[in-house]
Amino acid sequence: MNDTLIRMEGIDKRFPGVHALDDCRFELSAGEVHALVGENGAGKSTLMKILSGVYQKDSGRVELKGKAIELHNTKQAQSLGISIIHQELNLMKHLSAAQNIYIGREHNKTLPVLVDDAAINEKTRELFKRINLDLDPQVKVSELTVAKQQMVEIAKALSFNMDVLIMDEPTSALSDTEIEDLFRVIADLKAQGKGIVYISHRMDELKRICDRVTVMRDGCYVATTAMKDISIEQIIAQMVGRAVFESSHPHGDTSKAELVMEVKGLCRGRRVRDVSFNLHRGEILGFAGLLGAGRTETARAIFGADAIDAGEVFVKGKKVSIKHPKDAVRYGIGYLSEDRKQYGLALGLSVGTNTVMASLPRFLKSLVIVDDKRIRSVAEDYVNRLNTKTPSVDQKTQNLSGGNQQKVVISKWLVRDCDILIFDEPTRGIDVGAKSEIYRLLNELADQGKAIIMISSELPEILRMSHRVVVMCEGKVTGILQADECTQEKIMHLATLRH
Amino acid sequence: MANTVALTKRLNPKATQTILAFASLVVLLILFSLASPNFFRPDNLIGILLATAVNGILAVGVTFIIITGGIDLSIGTVMTFGSVMAGVFITMWKLPIPLGIVAGILAGALCGLVNGFNITKLKIPPFIATLGMMMVTKGLNLILSGVKPVYFVDTPDFAKIATMPVFGIPMGVVIFFASAIVAAFILTKTILGRYAFAIGSNEEAARLSGINTDAWKMGIYALGGAFAGIAGLVMASRLQSAQPALGAGYELDAIAAAVIGGTSLSGGEGSILGTVIGAFIITVLTNGLRILSVPQEWQMVVTGLIVIGAVYLDIMRRKVK
Repeated sequence: MNDTLIRMEGIDKRFPGVHALDDCRFELSAGEVHALVGENGAGKSTLMKILSGVYQKDSGRVELKGKAIELHNTKQAQSLGISIIHQELNLMKHLSAAQNIYIGREHNKTLPVLVDDAAINEKTRELFKRINLDLDPQVKVSELTVAKQQMVEIAKALSFNMDVLIMDEPTSALSDTEIEDLFRVIADLKAQGKGIVYISHRMDELKRICDRVTVMRDGCYVATTAMKDISIEQIIAQMVGRAVFESSHPHGDTSKAELVMEVKGLCRGRRVRDVSFNLHRGEILGFAGLLGAGRTETARAIFGADAIDAGEVFVKGKKVSIKHPKDAVRYGIGYLSEDRKQYGLALGLSVGTNTVMASLPRFLKSLVIVDDKRIRSVAEDYVNRLNTKTPSVDQKTQNLSGGNQQKVVISKWLVRDCDILIFDEPTRGIDVGAKSEIYRLLNELADQGKAIIMISSELPEILRMSHRVVVMCEGKVTGILQADECTQEKIMHLATLRH
Repeated sequence: MANTVALTKRLNPKATQTILAFASLVVLLILFSLASPNFFRPDNLIGILLATAVNGILAVGVTFIIITGGIDLSIGTVMTFGSVMAGVFITMWKLPIPLGIVAGILAGALCGLVNGFNITKLKIPPFIATLGMMMVTKGLNLILSGVKPVYFVDTPDFAKIATMPVFGIPMGVVIFFASAIVAAFILTKTILGRYAFAIGSNEEAARLSGINTDAWKMGIYALGGAFAGIAGLVMASRLQSAQPALGAGYELDAIAAAVIGGTSLSGGEGSILGTVIGAFIITVLTNGLRILSVPQEWQMVVTGLIVIGAVYLDIMRRKVK
């Protein structure tokens, strides 16, 4: 492999508050399928978005066939022969396959205000032939399966005479036979000397089709290795890499404690498939998995935010029917969304108002008048108990830091007397100092007998906090681990287990 | 054979709504013909054609805008702005009629261009931007005309724009059909039409494909405005005057026509043929109910119910898909 297509060196990228990429490098040869792997947030997608012109790097050097290039936008990257197929496909569903592929290039040669559908249909037919795809160029994209839509994207990339094709999680929505079709196309492209970057969490796939693997972790480059020289376990070890946090919480045995919730055979669409688990009093049940594993979807289904297709939920031994979040709240279930600002708080309102938001009917006098005095005293009580840093309970929540906002959301559900609290990424966007305080708070709540479901994409957090860990992959529960048998490697293994 | 199957299959989703609308129109025509001997008479049918012309031209223009996923509430008063401008040019400034026609159309296009600018560059939601433009033009119409109708008394030729018979059909109707044919051509055969669908279907994807979506949207709003200007000329010609207080409310009939004809308010779908049929449905309904002596207030109720029903059908169709 001496025919180097792409060389990226010293790539640095910062977003407000995050050092997304720190001195990263990457290399791609002609006729190579190169796997790019790492945990959620490791920086894979960011690096590839820089290569495809979606983001601009802060510093570093990108070379194409030995020549330094500057990438300003996607169109320019495309003209240089670099195409990306995003995880969320970027198609115009109401247009035909051919119209999508040649969008912006559909002009009639002699009269450029007109579109030349005959010509683009013909060109599309040829493209489809090149990837052995039996599809009518005039079919509307909205009528195609996700797999076929992806093929349309690949054909579009081919239409630009691309040399480099970046595929971000291409198989996450495909069935097994569709995956085989995709692999066949990838093998063809490889034989034609194209370079392919393949981002995926599915280790078995990487082993099958990739020549080299580059591992990233926390925005840094870890290693590039020939696929034949490395095992799946070694790749996972490189991905996880960092020292495991010392467990700060005595993981008591909660399995004998009262069963507060039981979920049996919960199904919703593709993302929640036959999910079953138990939750005990005083327990912190960690939910681990990769992006798109279906953890948030499971939580939303339990909470009644989305309708379920099948399954049963028992709360304290009684079967319950939760069709709407208000039902869930009545059964004492509180859900703390990962997106506090959108779903958890009314940012323009005060700490006090947010604290009683879910229980306002209890804070009325003479039936209709809001009892501000009592709200203030309850809110002040919770500010003290949770050690929320705010000048007063009249402060607007938008002026609070992420950690303190999270505390206000927690207060809201505590005031509502919730015994089951579902935390979705409780420390996302919270700085390190405030994190440990949220951890302390979660432990206290568990000690007081609350049952907690904690969805987290940060493995150290899962290991540090959980009594037990439910691992999900592609909508299914792939394992439930006791705290003492948990390791990052084991969780990663289960989180990448395909069925 | 296999080809025809593929063809019908391809046309299917969009065609169903158009066929449905066309079938409703035919049913209405039959029903009213049976109910009243006065309905299916040449003079009444020509009356229907002429009555559809203004709303039809407006609806054809707004179809482009709705296909991009936008809306234009100002076309009614922009239409009047076009007729008032023509009145100002021809009657007040004594300029030749063709110049007045150009002024009317350009005035409409300019309003559309300003709408497009406000929507794309100032990021004002289409609903608000065009609501503002509606109020602005409503006021300007009164200011420019001195709060009274501008009569084309010295230029009787101006009246011919709408009424001169061409093979027995009033010129206004011919303008309507010509506008529709040109619009259908623009929508299906030119890149402007293609980008209107692309933007309405997935604006971000269109932008990432290197299309200057802002510029095209401005152009599309200007086009919608130009059609409003044409509608204004036909209107003024029919009334032989520019009526500054008219206009508000016309935009809703036009939007209703497009929606009944299968144009999706969420963008990406629609056709000129559907819109034309939609416009006819509205006039036939009003005309037929009037002939049956249904009071005007009840005509409004029925039209309103039809619009709600049509949108509901559209939503159901989408759900099934």
